[in-house]
Amino acid sequence: MLSDITLGQYFPGVSFVHKLDPRTKILATMSFIIAVFLAASVTSYALLLCFVLSVIFLAKLPVLLVVKSIKPLWIIITLTLAIHLLTGQGEVIWSWKFLSITKEGFIMGVMMSMRLVLLLMISSILTFTTSPIVLTDGIESLLKPFKRFGVPAHELAMMMTIALRFIPTLLEETDRIMKAQMARGAEFTGGNIIARAKGMLPILIPLFISAFRRADELAVAMEARCYRGGEGRTSMHELVYAHRDFVAAAGMLLLILIIGLLKWSSGLCVI
Amino acid sequence: MSIEVKNISYTYMAKTPFERQALQNITVTIEKGEFVAIIGHTGSGKSTLAEHLNGLLSPSTGEVCVDGVNLKGKGTAVKAAKHKVGIVFQYPEHQLFAETIYEDIAFGPRNSGKSEVEVEKQVRMAMGFVGLNYEDFAQRSPFQLSGGQMRRVAIAGVVAMNPEYLIMDEPSAGLDPSSRDAIFAQLLTVFKERDIAVILITHSMEEAAQYANRLLVMSKGRIAIDGKTEEVFQKQRARLQEVGVDVPESIKITDLLNQKGLSLEEQPITKEHLVKSIKKAKGWS
Repeated sequence: MLSDITLGQYFPGVSFVHKLDPRTKILATMSFIIAVFLAASVTSYALLLCFVLSVIFLAKLPVLLVVKSIKPLWIIITLTLAIHLLTGQGEVIWSWKFLSITKEGFIMGVMMSMRLVLLLMISSILTFTTSPIVLTDGIESLLKPFKRFGVPAHELAMMMTIALRFIPTLLEETDRIMKAQMARGAEFTGGNIIARAKGMLPILIPLFISAFRRADELAVAMEARCYRGGEGRTSMHELVYAHRDFVAAAGMLLLILIIGLLKWSSGLCVI
Repeated sequence: MSIEVKNISYTYMAKTPFERQALQNITVTIEKGEFVAIIGHTGSGKSTLAEHLNGLLSPSTGEVCVDGVNLKGKGTAVKAAKHKVGIVFQYPEHQLFAETIYEDIAFGPRNSGKSEVEVEKQVRMAMGFVGLNYEDFAQRSPFQLSGGQMRRVAIAGVVAMNPEYLIMDEPSAGLDPSSRDAIFAQLLTVFKERDIAVILITHSMEEAAQYANRLLVMSKGRIAIDGKTEEVFQKQRARLQEVGVDVPESIKITDLLNQKGLSLEEQPITKEHLVKSIKKAKGWS
């Protein structure tokens, strides 16, 4: 029922992308996001899309799976597309009563929604190919230099680990509670907004209670195992960069460079 | 009047690396008036099968019919058929949500569109069923109760829907013996009075032996054994062991006593029978 939510779920496998150091992957994802915001022309968006597709191919992920990760935001994406389509100024290519679509609006709309799609896809690739534990190891290691400025690197990483760890648990719990209430004749669809909100209560209240209970139990269990923050803590898996990380970094730099060049040259000619 | 399961299979998370076949070609019919215990190793598909019986899960292949109505469809007939099957999940106390016990138990009957008068009647009946005094408890918050009492409220919430088929998934897990006995005693009374079917999922062979008249033993998503409780426990020990299921303690005790030279005639599956057969062998009765 809820198990088809794929955002933020590790998809085990053996591939170039899976084997990359988590730090490389996080930094590459961030660079890609910057590249997405730099991109301003159809060519650069096409290039970015090709890049994402080749990463999916390299990671040996089913394309459909990555495409499915767009699902949670499809309303926003369609809305973005629609707003740009209908509010654009310029050469009219289609009109009906007071609505009209312009060529500029169309290009803008496609690019803006493409932006969202690319952001979603690249971040799903990151979480599909990196197990949550490794991911937070990477974040902790990346944040460490900022410790002297008072950034609680370990604590943040631990909080993320726990949050990520509990996503599937809470989903499962939600699933179970929903089933239990459905078995008592509850319906979660239909009716107006107030009726629907009311209908959610039988799920939300037990869910909150169990989340608090779990948090409490976890805190006790961690204390019982002498957890007392990051001070002097060592890691079982030390992160080491390998050759492939440099290859990936080079590829990423090249992409940014091209996108940057395209943007710079777009000052000279549009397209 | 029965639940018919026709050749169903079910796969969790199909088409992902987490794919797992939970049920394989299961065919079984459960008639009203039967008290069926489903036993089997953890992960053998017991709970998954139970969730198919009232349409919470739809089989990947095959079909489930309640009183002749296929649960796959939509419409009022299907809804009514689903309402006939009540299911008490594992740790049902985790599903409590309302401000008062009354409101929580009334949730089910209200959803099936009963009038307020009828709802109250049902709530009273259900609270009586689980041994909670209506006057004392109806207006209290379910979250102030002890674990055992919360479990009873949750069970009452399902019983209040007047199910004709009552599925209970390990209702006694984590309960103290007296609450457990109370729940089972009530269950037996209702079972006998109302001619319903009870489907009990359990890890306790003693519970299965004592209450059930039919036993479904599951293993790796299939039904390994289906038969009368006594016969299964007495005659199919080797097969039971194969699928990782034990026999009731009283059979083991009988074996030990027989090894020590006491020759008991039969293989008693409950402790009451064990006591009787020991008395008989010793000539005390």
